[in-house]
Amino acid sequence: MTELPYPFHRGELAKALPGELAKSLTGIRGLDEVTRGGLPRGRATLVCGGPGSGKTLLALTFLVNGAVKFDEPGVLLTFEENADEMASDVASLGFDLPGLVEARKLAVDYIRVERSEIEETGEYDLEGLFVRLDYAIQSVGAKRVVLDTIESLFAGLSNEAILRAELRRLFRWLKDRGMTTVITGERGDGLLTRQGLEEYVSDAVILLDHRVHDQTSTRRLRVVKYRGSHHGTNEYPFLIGADGISVLPVSSLALEHDAPLERVSSGVSELDQMLSGKGYYRGSTILVSGPAGTGKTSLAAHFIDAACRRGERCLWFLFEESPQQLLRNMLSIGVDLAPWVKAGLLEFHADRPSRYGLETHLVTMHQVVANFRPAVTVIDPVTNLMTVGTFADVQAMLTRLIDHLKTENITAMLTSLTPGTTDTDSTISSLMDTWILLANNSVRGVYRRGLGVRKSRGMAHSNEIREFELTDHGLTVLDAASRRRTAAQLVDVRGEERGHLAGVV
Amino acid sequence: MGKSGVTLLASSEAEVHEGQPFLLRLYIAGQTPRSVSAFTNLKRICDEHLQGRYQLEIIDLMQNPALARGDQILAVPTLVRRLPEPIKKIIGDLSNLERVLVGLDLRPR
Repeated sequence: MTELPYPFHRGELAKALPGELAKSLTGIRGLDEVTRGGLPRGRATLVCGGPGSGKTLLALTFLVNGAVKFDEPGVLLTFEENADEMASDVASLGFDLPGLVEARKLAVDYIRVERSEIEETGEYDLEGLFVRLDYAIQSVGAKRVVLDTIESLFAGLSNEAILRAELRRLFRWLKDRGMTTVITGERGDGLLTRQGLEEYVSDAVILLDHRVHDQTSTRRLRVVKYRGSHHGTNEYPFLIGADGISVLPVSSLALEHDAPLERVSSGVSELDQMLSGKGYYRGSTILVSGPAGTGKTSLAAHFIDAACRRGERCLWFLFEESPQQLLRNMLSIGVDLAPWVKAGLLEFHADRPSRYGLETHLVTMHQVVANFRPAVTVIDPVTNLMTVGTFADVQAMLTRLIDHLKTENITAMLTSLTPGTTDTDSTISSLMDTWILLANNSVRGVYRRGLGVRKSRGMAHSNEIREFELTDHGLTVLDAASRRRTAAQLVDVRGEERGHLAGVV
Repeated sequence: MGKSGVTLLASSEAEVHEGQPFLLRLYIAGQTPRSVSAFTNLKRICDEHLQGRYQLEIIDLMQNPALARGDQILAVPTLVRRLPEPIKKIIGDLSNLERVLVGLDLRPR
C-alpha cells in the first residue's frame, strides 16, 4: 500500500489538519484537495506561470467563487486587460462580472500606467494605489483580493526602489487587513516571476505550466510552496473547460477504497452464473477484451440495460461510435437503450480520442462523471485512448481514472479491442477486478464466438469458455450441450486462425 | 482646503495672460510633508510661469478616494495637466523645477 504522510482521501481531503493555518476554499475542483482546504486565509498566494497558462483565470475563479459560493466578496485590481474585455472573456465560463459588481459582491478597478505620459520628479509613494484598493475593499466588504498582474507597475514606473518598498508595504497592508490575496506573476528566466515577486509573497506559491508534447497541449499545476501546511507536491494536470478550471489530484493513492459486497448483474444471466452466480461486485472495474466483432459493446449494452432496469444512472463514454449508431446497433440485437436515454438514466459522451490530449480526456471524464453521478460507467473502447499518449502516460491516466471511479463506488466497464493478448491488455488488466475475454474464431467455415472469465477477484468464477451468439433478442450463451463441443472446437483451430481465446484455453 | 477635499485655486481674471490656459490637478493623500512640499513647489511654479492663465484643483484622496480612478492615480503626489492636451502626469514632490517645467511643456526637453 502506498503510504502518504496524511490521509489523502475523499472526505478528509478538504479538511485542514489540526494546527494548520486557516484556509479559504477556492471552489476549484481539485485545487482545494491538493492544498487541503484552499489558499491561506488572510494571506497572499502567488500564482505564476507563462503567458496563457491560466493565471488570471485561476485568480478570477477564486474571486468569483468567493463571492458566489462562500459569501466572501472580492476586489479585482487588474493592470492588464481592459475590464470590459475581461468580463466578456470570462462570461463564457458563466462568470457574470458586471452582475456581481452590480450586486456589490465584487469591485473591479482597472489600473493603467502609461509611462509615456508620466514624468517623475522627487519623492513619491503609491498611496493612490492603496487608496483605490481600500476604497474598493470597503465598497463591497471584501475578504478576497486579486492583483493581476502587479508586475505591470515595473513597466510603468522607473523608480524601482520606491516600487519595491511600496510592494512590500502593500502585501503587509493586505495581510493586516486579513485579505486572502492572489497575486499573479509572469514566469521569469530562472525565477518564478520576472520581478521576483516570490520574495514578497512568502505564504504560498502555485506554479502553472502549459506545455506541448507531441502536438498535444497539457496544463499542469504545482504547489511550489505552502508555508505551514501540508500540500500535494506533484504536478497535477488541470483543464480549462467549459465550466472553468479543474485540477486533477490523484485522489486515492492510498488505496483506501471501500470494498462493497453488493453484486450487480452483468445483464446476461449465464455470465452471472459464471461469476459465482451473482455477477460483478459493485464498484469494481471490469475489462472486456477481444478482437473486432466479438461483441464487446453488446456485452456492455446488456450491462447498461440491466443497470437502467434497476433504476441506476449510467454513463457511456464512446470513442468510436456515435450514440445514434450505438443505439441502432444495439436495437438490432434486441437491446433497446433509447427509453433509458429518454428517461435520463443513460447518458452518452462521445468524443474523438485524437481531439485532445490524454489529460484533457481524463479531466473531461472526471467532470462528466462528477456532473452526472452515475452508478455505472462504460468506456468503449478504452484502447482508442491509447493512441493519444505514450504507454506510461496512458497507464498513469487509467490508474487515476479507475481510482477515481472506485472512490466514488462506480462500477466501470472498459472495453478493449485486441488483435490478440496484447501488452496493453496485460498491463491494464492488473488494474482490473474482473477480466472477460471474448473471441471469435472460425471453426469449419463458421465464425463462433466464445466468452470466458479470465479473472475475477474475490469470487469463485467459472473457468469455462462458453459459446454465445448475438441474436435479435440479445447476447445468448448457448446451453450446456453445445458447451463441450464448443470448447473442443474452439481449441481445434488452424494455426493461422488461432485467436487469443485459444491462448486462454 | 474645503470639506469636499477639492480645493480650487486660480489666478485672478484681471491678470489674464497671453498663451494657453492651464488646467491642473494636484492629487495628494492627506496633509503629509510631501504633499505640502508638492503644493508649495507647484504654487511657486504657477505664479512664476503661468500667472493669469491657470486653474489648479487640489484633490485629497483621503477625503475623496473615488476620484483616484478617473485620472488613473497610483502615485502620490501626482500633478495632472488636464489642459492643454495631451494629458500629462508628473509624479513626486515636484522638487526638481526643471523637470516639472519640462513635464508641463513650459520648457523644451
